[in-house]
Amino acid sequence: MNNANHFNRRDFIKLAGAASALLISHNGFARATKPPVGRVVIIGGGYAGATVAKYLRLWSLGSVEVIVVEPNSQFVSCPLSNLVLGGSKSINDLTFDYDALKNNHGIKWVQDTVTAIDASAKKITMLRGELNYDRLIVAPGVDFNYDTLPTLLSAEAQQQIPHAWKAGWQTVNLRKQLEAMPDGGVFVMNVPKAPYRCPPGPYERACQVASYFKAHKPKSKVIVLDANAEIISKKGLFTKVFNETYAGIVDYRPDNAITSVDVATKTVSTDFDKIKADVLNVIPPQRAGKIAQIANLTEKDYPWCDVNFLTYESKLVPNVHVLGDSVAAGLPKSAHMATNQAKVCANAIVQLFSGQAPDPAPVFANTCYSYVTDKSAMHVANVYRYDEGKKMMISAEGGGVSMSPSEKEGAYAVAWAQNIWADTLT
Amino acid sequence: MKPTQNTWFKNTRFKNTGFLTLLLTTSVCIPHIGNAAEVSAFSGTPNIHIRQLAASCAACHGTQGNSVAAKGDDGANAVLAGMAPAEFTEKMLGFKDGSRKATVMHHHAKGLTVDEINLLAVYFSQQKQVVTKALKSQILKADHE
Ligand SMILES: Cc1cc2nc3c(=O)[nH]c(=O)nc-3n(C[C@H](O)[C@H](O)[C@H](O)COP(=O)(O)OP(=O)(O)OC[C@H]3O[C@@H](n4cnc5c(N)ncnc54)[C@H](O)[C@@H]3O)c2cc1C
Repeated sequence: MNNANHFNRRDFIKLAGAASALLISHNGFARATKPPVGRVVIIGGGYAGATVAKYLRLWSLGSVEVIVVEPNSQFVSCPLSNLVLGGSKSINDLTFDYDALKNNHGIKWVQDTVTAIDASAKKITMLRGELNYDRLIVAPGVDFNYDTLPTLLSAEAQQQIPHAWKAGWQTVNLRKQLEAMPDGGVFVMNVPKAPYRCPPGPYERACQVASYFKAHKPKSKVIVLDANAEIISKKGLFTKVFNETYAGIVDYRPDNAITSVDVATKTVSTDFDKIKADVLNVIPPQRAGKIAQIANLTEKDYPWCDVNFLTYESKLVPNVHVLGDSVAAGLPKSAHMATNQAKVCANAIVQLFSGQAPDPAPVFANTCYSYVTDKSAMHVANVYRYDEGKKMMISAEGGGVSMSPSEKEGAYAVAWAQNIWADTLT
Repeated sequence: MKPTQNTWFKNTRFKNTGFLTLLLTTSVCIPHIGNAAEVSAFSGTPNIHIRQLAASCAACHGTQGNSVAAKGDDGANAVLAGMAPAEFTEKMLGFKDGSRKATVMHHHAKGLTVDEINLLAVYFSQQKQVVTKALKSQILKADHE
C-alpha cells in the first residue's frame, strides 16, 4: 500500500514533467493543453505493444493518453535472432532502446511487471503500484508451458538447456554452447506442437546452426525433433534446403515430440528415440502470456485469447483488448502480424473514443522471411481480409512463397527488419 | 491516495463531446505528428480503412511510406511517401496481373482490390517525404531477460 502510494506520487511528478515537455515540443498545438479523451494502458512493449502505443498517439493526434508498462529497459528483436546462432549477427545488432518511441510520441512509460487486472474496477496492479484505465491492451507475447517438461522449469536447467525463444541472454548462451562444441558433436532441437510463436522459426534455426556447422564444424549434426506431423511452414522450401544444402548435416524427424529431458546428461526422450546431445535446445509448448491467463482472458481448454477481430477486444472481458502472439487468430504468430493487429486496434480505439464505429472490414498484409544460410532468405507473403461470415481474418488469394531462397531476398529481409524496427520504435 | 486518473486528469466527462471538439480544433492546426491527410481525415472524411491498410506496408516500406532501407538498384523497399499516384498504380497493377516482374510484391498486389490500390496510391502520394535513417542498435544490458 505504502509502496503503491510512493510509486504513484513519484510517478506523478515524473509524468507531470513529461507532460510539460510535451507542451513545449508541440508548442502551439491545442492538443497538448487539452485533457486527454481517455487513457489506454498497454501491458508489454514488444512488437504489438510498442506499435499500438505509437499509432494510438498518431491517429488520435495525441488526444489519447497512452501508458506502456514493460519490465525490460531494452527491446531485443526475435526476428533475426536465429542469425546470432548462425554467427552472422550479434545480439547487439538486435537490441534497441525505447527513447525515440517515448519522446517522439509523448508516450508515458512505466518500467514494471503487471501482476493482476481488475476489469470491474478498470485497474491493473504492478509489482510497484497501480494504474486505472479506460481501455486496457494486453500484449505480453507467449508464456512457456513446462507441464510436460518439468525438468526444464528452473533457471539453472535453462542455463544448461536454453529455449532462446525470447531473444536475449538465452540466445547468447546457446551461441556460446555451439561455439564451444567440438566438431563431430550433435545439436538437438525440437519444434513444439503448433500453434507457437513464429511457425517457420524453428526450421530457420535448424538451417542457421547447420550453416555454422557446414562452414566450421562439418562433422557435426543437427537433429530436429518435430512434434508436428510435418514441417508446418514453407514446407517444400525447407525440405529442399535440408536435403540439398544441408545433406548429411540436418536429420529431420517428424511426429517425434519430446516426452522428457534429463538435464544433467542433456538426453531427450521421445516415443521413438532417446538421444544424448552435446548442445540441446528445447523450445517448450506455448500459450498466451501469463498475465492473459491470470486475467481469465483465455479459455480453459484453449490457452489463447479469443477476440473480436474488428477491435481486438477480448470476447471474455470488456474494455480489455489483446494483441500479438497471445491472440487466438488462427494465423501465423509473427512480428508483422502483431504490428498489423496493433494498427487495427489503434484505429478502432480512436473511433470508439469518439463514439464512432470501427472499420467493418480491415485488411492487412504479412511478409515473413526466413534465412537458410548466412546470406540467403526466402519469404511467405499474404494479404488477410476480414470475413464477415466467419468473423475473422482470412487469407486472400494470391499469396505465396519464394521460388527458391536467394541472396537478393536476404537483403530484403534485412530491409524488412530495419523498417519494422523503425516503425515500431521511433 | 487514489492513483491514476483522479490524480492526473479528470478525463471521463471529456469523452465523446470533448473528443469531437478536439478533433475540430486540431483540424485547423498543423500538428507536429501526423500529417495533412490525417488531419483532413479527422475533420470529416476519415478513410480509416486506407490509413490502416497503408500502415501495414510499413514493415517493408517504413512509417507512412518513408522507407529507411530503399534499394536504388532494383526499386525494392521503395519510398512510397510522395510517390506520384500514377506510378504507384501502374506498378501495383502490373504486379497484380503479372505483367511486371516481382520477387515479393505480386503476393501482395494480387490480394488487394483495384479500389484499394487506387486509394493507397492517393494516400501515399499525400504523405510527406522525410529523411529517415535505420535505428541505431546498442549493447544488450546485463539485466535483460
Ligand atoms: C527465433 C525467432 C525468430 C522470429 N523471426 C520472426 C521473423 O523473421 N518475422 C516475424 O514477423 N516474426 C518473427 N518472430 C516472431 C515474433 O518475434 C513474435 O511474433 C512477436 O515478437 C510477437 O509480438 P508480441 O508483441 O506479441 O510479443 P513480444 O514481442 O514478445 O512482446 C511482449 C512484451 O510483453 C512484455 N510483458 C510480458 N508480460 C508482461 C507483464 N506481465 N507486464 C508487463 N509487460 C509484460 C514482455 O517483456 C515483452 O517485452 C520470431 C520469433 C522467434 C522466437
